[in-house]
Amino acid sequence: MSDLWLAVLQLGTIVLVIGLLYRPLGNYMARVYGPAKDLRIERGLYRLVGVDSSSGQAWPIYLRSIIAFSVVGVLAVYLVQRTQAILPYSLGLPPVEPGLAWNTAISFVTNTNWQSYSPEQTMGYTVQLVGLAVQNFLSAAVGLAVAVALVRGFASVRSRTLGNFWVDLTRGVLRILLPLSIVAAVILIAGGVIQNFSGFHDVTTITGATQSIPGGPVASQEAIKELGTNGGGFFNANSAHPFENPRAWTNLFEIALMLAIPFALPRTFGRLVGDNRQGYAILGTMSVFWIASSALMVWLQVSVLGTAAKAAGGALEGIETRFGVVGSAIFATSTTLTSTGAVDSMHDSFTPLAGGLAMVDMMLGEVAPGGVGSGLYGILVMAVIAVFVAGLMVGRTPEYLGKKMGAREIKLASLYILTTPVLVLAGTALSFAIPAVKADVVGTSMANGGLHGYSEVLYAFTSAANNNGSAFAGLTANTPWFNTALGVAMLLGRFLPIVFVLALAGSLAAQDRIPQTAGTLPTHRPQFIGLLVGTIVLVSALTYLPVLALGPIAEGLQ
Amino acid sequence: MTTIAATSAGASAFGPRQLFAALPGAAQKLDPRLMWHNPVMFIVEVGAVLTTALAVATPFMGAATDSTGSVAFIWAIAVWLWLTVVFANLAEAVAEGRGKAQAASLRASRTSTMANRYISFVNEDSETELVASVELRLGDIVSVSAGETVPGDGDVIRGIASIDESAITGESAPVVRESGGDRSAVTGGTLVLSDRVVVKITSKPGETFVDRMIALVEGASRQKTPNEIALNILLASLSIVFLVVVLAINPIAGYSGAAQSVPVLVALLVCLIPTTIGALLSAIGIAGMDRLVQHNVLALSGRAVEAAGDVTTLLLDKTGTITYGNRRAAEFAPLAGVSSETLAIAAAAASLSDPTPEGKSILDLAREQGHGIPESVAGQVVPFTAQTRMSGVDYADGSQVRKGAGSMVAAWTGTSDARTTQELDGIVTRISEAGGTPLVVASRTAAGAATVLGVVCLKDVVKTGLKERFADLRRMGIRTVMITGDNPLTAKAIAAEAGVDDYLAEATPEDKMALIRKEQEGGNLVAMTGDGTNDAPALAQADVGVAMNTGTSAAKEAGNMVDLDSDPTKLIDIVRIGKQLLITRGSLTTFSIANDVAKYFAIIPAMFVASYPGLAALNFMGLHSPASAILSAVIFNALVIVALIPLALRGVAYRAAKASSILGRNLLIYGLGGLIAPFVGIKLIDLVISLFPGF
Repeated sequence: MSDLWLAVLQLGTIVLVIGLLYRPLGNYMARVYGPAKDLRIERGLYRLVGVDSSSGQAWPIYLRSIIAFSVVGVLAVYLVQRTQAILPYSLGLPPVEPGLAWNTAISFVTNTNWQSYSPEQTMGYTVQLVGLAVQNFLSAAVGLAVAVALVRGFASVRSRTLGNFWVDLTRGVLRILLPLSIVAAVILIAGGVIQNFSGFHDVTTITGATQSIPGGPVASQEAIKELGTNGGGFFNANSAHPFENPRAWTNLFEIALMLAIPFALPRTFGRLVGDNRQGYAILGTMSVFWIASSALMVWLQVSVLGTAAKAAGGALEGIETRFGVVGSAIFATSTTLTSTGAVDSMHDSFTPLAGGLAMVDMMLGEVAPGGVGSGLYGILVMAVIAVFVAGLMVGRTPEYLGKKMGAREIKLASLYILTTPVLVLAGTALSFAIPAVKADVVGTSMANGGLHGYSEVLYAFTSAANNNGSAFAGLTANTPWFNTALGVAMLLGRFLPIVFVLALAGSLAAQDRIPQTAGTLPTHRPQFIGLLVGTIVLVSALTYLPVLALGPIAEGLQ
Repeated sequence: MTTIAATSAGASAFGPRQLFAALPGAAQKLDPRLMWHNPVMFIVEVGAVLTTALAVATPFMGAATDSTGSVAFIWAIAVWLWLTVVFANLAEAVAEGRGKAQAASLRASRTSTMANRYISFVNEDSETELVASVELRLGDIVSVSAGETVPGDGDVIRGIASIDESAITGESAPVVRESGGDRSAVTGGTLVLSDRVVVKITSKPGETFVDRMIALVEGASRQKTPNEIALNILLASLSIVFLVVVLAINPIAGYSGAAQSVPVLVALLVCLIPTTIGALLSAIGIAGMDRLVQHNVLALSGRAVEAAGDVTTLLLDKTGTITYGNRRAAEFAPLAGVSSETLAIAAAAASLSDPTPEGKSILDLAREQGHGIPESVAGQVVPFTAQTRMSGVDYADGSQVRKGAGSMVAAWTGTSDARTTQELDGIVTRISEAGGTPLVVASRTAAGAATVLGVVCLKDVVKTGLKERFADLRRMGIRTVMITGDNPLTAKAIAAEAGVDDYLAEATPEDKMALIRKEQEGGNLVAMTGDGTNDAPALAQADVGVAMNTGTSAAKEAGNMVDLDSDPTKLIDIVRIGKQLLITRGSLTTFSIANDVAKYFAIIPAMFVASYPGLAALNFMGLHSPASAILSAVIFNALVIVALIPLALRGVAYRAAKASSILGRNLLIYGLGGLIAPFVGIKLIDLVISLFPGF
């Protein structure tokens, strides 16, 4: 089969699966976050923690709950890592060193799952299950909660509250992430992903050498890794490892898992604001980016090649043959566009422009479809900016879903879109601006010199600040500079936007709703999709053109 | 408006002369303390200072390594950066200049006059003292006689006078002002033509209507409007992002050995930040207020102009706004057995000496229909009285004709014929339902036999062209509500004829207020006009309250706009101007941001092509050299500001249409146009620059 038809077939399959899931999953999530009755187990939990599930929280309280919860999360993951030596099922591994433990704790609590370490050599089963897998669920549920809070801001009229964080968190985990993960894990096990506690097996290979084969509870972790757009692999090779992702179809299944919730959330949004067409417009915008980027990625990996790669029939370096160039390209697009950061191939080995495209996917701000929850709130902030400029152009004070976009709303949206570019650019620039750091970065961390080495650093900060977590494989990031700087980038890249989004939600919720008239800018038509796509490209991606020109673009055009 | 409109009409023709005249003002605005209020242009000014300093220093720092390091290049960048700032200031200065011309003509009317102030007022003839008008305080009572100038804003409390208000309104026909009622307000600076009035001063010195007008048109009291503040925040954030981008370049490029000189980085920054809209933003705001003034409307705040664009409900008084306000005969409806001509001639005879507009309109209609109507009547005229509610003629031969309210005429004829009564009731009801006023006509022969002839239908005539304007408003998403004191039946009929969306019949001021509150609770923004004192609370409650200049001071104080022409239909123009103001801002913002794409493709390859020759592929415009590419982008960036000043002052073309089609059109022109225009412009400028040696 030619690459073209393979790409069409694979993309078509994913579109079909996501399309079929859109309405039922979106509707289901809307019901979960609507006025549903508490389950018995939830009531027990609320009693245990002392939460009144019927009381709403104003945005500062909602935010405080998230921050408090996340601080506890960081401390817990840090402590579990530091005490690894005395924990059971630790495979005899020593405690994780402080710098790495801090970086990893932040990484998993911020839904980034950047890994400065090789898991099979660093983390035992207890750390993986009690520390990391738990955060895979919780950080994804936090993203969902923030997104729902913003949607409630749009949906409510003159309300002081945004819902209750503890209820949203609990429901997200118990009613959405856990059931779906269980189903997904079973399917993955059927596909050949392992699930055991049997440690390492030493086997003698045909050539007579000894090889250590790892085991572990992989399937359970793999499911939530993709579903919660976390991306932290059980093994260093991540989804390129045959125990995490054994076959071509599990590869497609994992792609679908990453995309499922982010692509269904626009439906939830449409339902909760009472106009499904609004959901379709957001879905349309996300789809434009995902389809265009997938197609471009496949093309760059198949057609824009040097002599050796041409002879091989594609850029095969760093690619698992069981997935092929096409399957890997689609995985790469999906993982960078969803803030998952799992990899089934080495992005470092992609053609320079394809590697650059993976960066652009993240630089869009993780909004198409973006991470679980974070994608929806990110694209809604972009919509606020788009509506503001377009709304002026129709001669009205701009409004979105009946809410006025005044100075306060624009200030918060502007701060949101400022945050990530500043983190990425400052982090990358400082890596080369401070002489001592530069010596360390160039001497220790970068596997390659020149343009490609710089691309590795740019990729690392882009990935961290956007909470993606994937890496341009060449970089050695377990150094004091990267552990600290990337940790700060992940932390601020996650929580500053959440502060602005919740403040925005609060001010939207307090507003009246303006009735729709013929003079209102319609936000459900193809025209608006085009406008939103244009805004995202101009406001996010274009910002990075100069720094991309110095790396992947210069390399690709050599 | 003679005085103000004449000067502004002259000023609205924008040409090089205006630009030249505004240059000193533009130079004054270079003061960093003033620039600070416009963050985007402040960044440009800092860049200009930096580049100029480098241009001066470069000759002492050794030979240039490439074309972008030459002294000529750095000077060229510096000069064009200064020009960019000056052009921005020029836009503002030109806009303000137009206001200044208007203010000057207003000031002329404010020259100090003397006032006859009552020492203690008892009646008109109490003793007065002569004081300068500037010494008048709130509550002072003055006497103004024919030939004198009204010394300050106030209300007439005694007397009646005709007053020439042309200094304020430009309207040369004198107006009547009298104590009590809704036409008691007088404005300082206007001239009393006849009689004498006693005026109670209602404004503090320096805060009179004319003072406020001057401050407004000069832009002195201009405050940023909510949308302008929001837009400024967005522009500032974009500027910060690009500042960080530019600051990040050298550490990174330094690693690759492609570090850039400061002038090049400043040039990149200035091209990326939204200078076009940043430069024109305040000019657009000033010009918006100015356009209102040209329509003879004074907005007491910019916020009100913006709110006008947002209005979703328009409350329009029926009388004077929707109808001409005087009822006219529209139809003769005879009873069975009476010819139309008989009825017309009888009705005309009864109206021959009737001085009211209604009476005249009956004659007009009869003549129009070709009936022979004499000029005068030989008989005794019976005038209308409140008691009889009839008028008519008693002929010399003893026969009589009467017209009047149905019940009174019926009683006069003394008829009790059931068939006639039933037929008459039928016609009267039909006319009432259609919004007309029925006037029954009857005659009595000399012998004393009275007959009801038929009914004249008087109708309030709806102004022509309103239906189309209301349809326009509907397309813009604005609902029109007619307010009238008529009964619901009449109101409904006129509402249907005028094409308004809704009506409020038998409206009291309280009803009006309640309606405004209800609309606002539903999230609507309400605009209305009013002139009476009892309109004041509603004017204050409405989001846009336009007071008529003929109205009371209370109404003028309560509203946030004053219409000097006292034309209530102006509300529709006000909405249009408000929308146009916002559209102009949005369109130029889109244009400005879309420009960045082309500038990137001009500057990025120019910056790095020396280190990475492969990047030449991005230079698909085929620009001559790195130096000329960067300079072309900077020059384009500066010139586009000047090119857009007329558009900023005039406002983007606006026609009533659905939001989506307006957006589609503006996106095409300013979005796509903004994408393409700089590619063409930069290439053309580059062609010129390439002719200079050294570039």
